[in-house]
Amino acid sequence: MNDRNRVPGALPLTERELRRTFLEQVQFVPGGDRIKRCLQCGTCTGSCPVSYAMDISPRMVIALFRAGEIEKILRSRTIWICASCYMCTTRCPQAIKITDILYALKRTAMDSHLYPDRFPVYLLSRNFIHIVNRYGRNSEVLLLIRYYLRQKPFELLRLLPLGLRMLRKGRASLFPTRIKEVKAIRKMLDASKALELPREKGQAEYAEEMVGYRAVG
Amino acid sequence: MEYLYYPGCSLETSSRQYDESLRAVFRALGLKLTELPDWNCCGATMYMSVDETVSLAISARNLALARQNGFGDLIAPCSACYTVLLKTNRFLRENPELKAKVDRILAEAGLSYDLTVNIRHPLDVLVNDVGVEVISLAAKRSLEGVIFAPYYGCQIVRPERGFDDREFPTTMDTLFEKLGAVSVYFPLKTRCCGGMLMTTFPDVALQLVKDILDCAVENGAQCIVTTCPMCQINLEAYQNRVNKKFQTSYRIPVIFFTQLLGIALGCSERELGLQRNFIPLGEPLSTKSSFQVKESRQTRDEIC
Repeated sequence: MNDRNRVPGALPLTERELRRTFLEQVQFVPGGDRIKRCLQCGTCTGSCPVSYAMDISPRMVIALFRAGEIEKILRSRTIWICASCYMCTTRCPQAIKITDILYALKRTAMDSHLYPDRFPVYLLSRNFIHIVNRYGRNSEVLLLIRYYLRQKPFELLRLLPLGLRMLRKGRASLFPTRIKEVKAIRKMLDASKALELPREKGQAEYAEEMVGYRAVG
Repeated sequence: MEYLYYPGCSLETSSRQYDESLRAVFRALGLKLTELPDWNCCGATMYMSVDETVSLAISARNLALARQNGFGDLIAPCSACYTVLLKTNRFLRENPELKAKVDRILAEAGLSYDLTVNIRHPLDVLVNDVGVEVISLAAKRSLEGVIFAPYYGCQIVRPERGFDDREFPTTMDTLFEKLGAVSVYFPLKTRCCGGMLMTTFPDVALQLVKDILDCAVENGAQCIVTTCPMCQINLEAYQNRVNKKFQTSYRIPVIFFTQLLGIALGCSERELGLQRNFIPLGEPLSTKSSFQVKESRQTRDEIC
């Protein structure tokens, strides 16, 4: 229990619930079922340019997933450190979509609120989505200001010289561009919310079979 | 030939020189670029990590708009946009259930998408549609004396098997070698620059950037030529921080491949947005004169 209380905003989630969320996420990945083919060869870890900074290596992610320790994966730094360079996916001898699986794990962690609001990647993604939903396009200046204000306000001062240089070179604009059809984006978002609500039953069952979970319990 | 063009958010602001030089190069080669009207953000990797269906729908809106405008090819110069748009196509093609969901969302915006748009990278278009031979005939000056490190970054060659090898691409090398430049041995050409990690976990990203700079400089490159806005900004704007952190003294120009190509095609410095780069190009690459070229050749001999 202590372990669980360490992260603020965490819910006491059972392995079962987490598994269900993850399987719902992973079934949309084309070839997501190949996860059951993993040989534990470690090519992914060896190819990853950032595995040295991870607490759980990509190979171990799959091992832990099989061992039913999904919560451990979700609480690790690993899924957030992945920079989506797809080197592991390219080299995997079993053609497992490791990067896409890590995306599914990120979404599971966010869905289950396993991370505090101010966690860097979560915070950046949230703000990014906020800006895109509002203007239709991203604004780098606005994104960084919003992010650092909540994350590390003093970092903004450190970045100021760089920001000013960018402005001087005409490479930054203080005002975001709004697309003409922002309304269309809003409508699409509303439509997707309506689609999300009735979670189709039976899907997770199918996925369980798909990734070979049945065999490991 | 005419192409539909999806600039992406970075090319509007932090990588304006990429946009300017791309347009200049296409103009110089007699190709027409039409900007996709009212395009929106592709969603990048960040939208995807929160909500997959919505991020695919938002990115598919651009593809639907491209179709509405009657084009089959859409040029996306930013590596992130390129990968995300390709990924959208693949996910929708391979997953009918997801396609049905996205269709319903798109219908709300009065759009529909029939999966027929091809996403192209400008490097692919220039080398495979126009051709290296034609470009070299159109070149106004030789790039002789230019020693560069071809840096492709990760997302234009992966995860899909696209127009080049996924670990050792050579398109850019071939193109510029034909124009007289020399590419250095550069095994990190598709190594990740860290991308958004520079904001979220700067220590990790700085190490990655340092590895790439080390490799380019040790192998004698005068400049790094890249295809990705994220790579360009990480490698160029954060050189000072790398220097401070690792006690190095790097000051190597990082330019977009369209800028280097534009120099060969005789475009002006303004047209190519070269004044927007933080680290100015050295003499052999200067757009003003070509008599400096000989001097730099010596440097090359010394290195080899």
